[in-house]
Amino acid sequence: MSSVPISDPRVSPIHWIGGAVLRTVEAVGDFALFSLAMVRQLTVGRPRRRVLLQNMYRIGVGSIPVVVVTGVFIGMVLAVQGYDQFHMLRMETHIGAVINVSLVKELGPVLAATMLAGRVGSAMAAELGTMRVTEQIEAMRALGANPVRQLVVPRFLACFLLIPLLTLVADAVGILGGWFLSTQVLDINGFFYWEHSREFVTVFDVVTGLVKSVFFGGAIALIACYHGFHCGAGAEGVGRAATISFVFSFVAILAIDFFLGMFLNTVYQLSFPTAPSLI
Amino acid sequence: MNESTIDFTLPLKRTGEPLIELRGVSRQFGQQEVLREVSLSVFAGETLAVIGESGCGKSVTLKLIMALLQPTSGTVNWEGRPVSTRSAAEQDRDRLKFGYVFQGAALFDSLDVYENIAFGLRENRAIPEQDIRDIVRARLIEVGLSERICSKKPAELSGGMRKRVGLARALALEPEIMLYDEPTTGLDPIMTGVINGLVRQTRERRPVTSLVVTHEMTTVRNVADRVVMLLPLSRLGNDERQVVFEGTVDELFSSSDPRVEQFVRGQAGDRMQEHLMVEAG
Repeated sequence: MSSVPISDPRVSPIHWIGGAVLRTVEAVGDFALFSLAMVRQLTVGRPRRRVLLQNMYRIGVGSIPVVVVTGVFIGMVLAVQGYDQFHMLRMETHIGAVINVSLVKELGPVLAATMLAGRVGSAMAAELGTMRVTEQIEAMRALGANPVRQLVVPRFLACFLLIPLLTLVADAVGILGGWFLSTQVLDINGFFYWEHSREFVTVFDVVTGLVKSVFFGGAIALIACYHGFHCGAGAEGVGRAATISFVFSFVAILAIDFFLGMFLNTVYQLSFPTAPSLI
Repeated sequence: MNESTIDFTLPLKRTGEPLIELRGVSRQFGQQEVLREVSLSVFAGETLAVIGESGCGKSVTLKLIMALLQPTSGTVNWEGRPVSTRSAAEQDRDRLKFGYVFQGAALFDSLDVYENIAFGLRENRAIPEQDIRDIVRARLIEVGLSERICSKKPAELSGGMRKRVGLARALALEPEIMLYDEPTTGLDPIMTGVINGLVRQTRERRPVTSLVVTHEMTTVRNVADRVVMLLPLSRLGNDERQVVFEGTVDELFSSSDPRVEQFVRGQAGDRMQEHLMVEAG
């Protein structure tokens, strides 16, 4: 171990960069081990039904209002922003296709995941962080329980299983919001609005969104629980864990969205070679 | 362990191997060294008090003993066998021989008192709910609490009640070794007396070996058979041992070591100008 602390003002930039790289590699390794431990516990046995249901209620049902409100507004914003361009081209009735494809493939899952990361992920990190600071996690080990099985597995399962449903809710209310503004406020013909949507939105688009959401949910739960379990001391440590958990989750959502989007697009092209590219 | 071979009355029989032993144990957190080459032994049936000022590594010692932390170097032995040679599953199983009363009680916020005490039983014993209820009731009575608090959440309890529930939770699994981490810190003198009484009562009623981490002399006087005193590394030279005292309670109070005397009598001394010492390196 180096005898010169990284925070020492005398250290050179090389030391600093080296230290940062080492810390990053260590953190990535830690996270991988934490995720493996979760997967191992997931295979060992099921969590208690009551604990799982409590988490599902808190994570799933509790998130519905915020997902509904943001979903409706996103649908309406898409309609407002797209209307002028489509109006200039005299293609207003095609706006439904754009709104609905955007929602089911991208905005629905990303929006539901972002809400989950903000509302649930941060709370999970803060809750587990508080448990760590107050030695509750150690108390669990002292009482012969595995904290990962007790605390992480039910949260992971709740996020993993319920985010597709939240995504469907976000999709549905976003579509309704877009339809409402387009047909009731912007006076677009309702029949053609749906007709064009039907032409362009495929089942594969909906499935793409749901597949992405499952990965988002898993990533959010793991990131939040990891930061809770590795939270620093005191109120500052807990606050930092909550903030970092949201930031990392959001970055992970966007990164997963990009890479999974590319992958699923390739799958689509291989499955339906004659169809136009999804991008 | 055969209970009949242990004499629970004073003076202690300190024959054979220690039940718990730390051999040259060091522990570092990042750059911060907390324990350096600490060796101590705990014998079956005795109550050992580990004293020392804040930051000297008392709580870390307890966590190392229970294998909640791993030493940076050195060995922790349980019944003569190093913890590090046991598998994770073996460690988990053997850890159940310990009951740990945490400094802040560490009750699970989301569970009520009943569920807190029943937690270890549900995790480790396949017993019917009625038996769990009976054990919870018995442990609550043992620590002098009413069953009526069963439905209360930890946030609704006073500090003293939380500590008592923490003790009841630790006792629920009938441990052979009790570890108390500053059991009386933050309590009023009456509640301190109650907790000290409970520590003593626990030892009198069951065949337990106890290790009490404390910096309160009333607790040392009331519960300990033997005392070990640690000093923070910041107050020691490179070649000095961190364990500055090991002996009986009487020996502690008559010690002529100025460092022990200062702690036992609660004299501030040169510590009022600690910043000067730090600046002087």
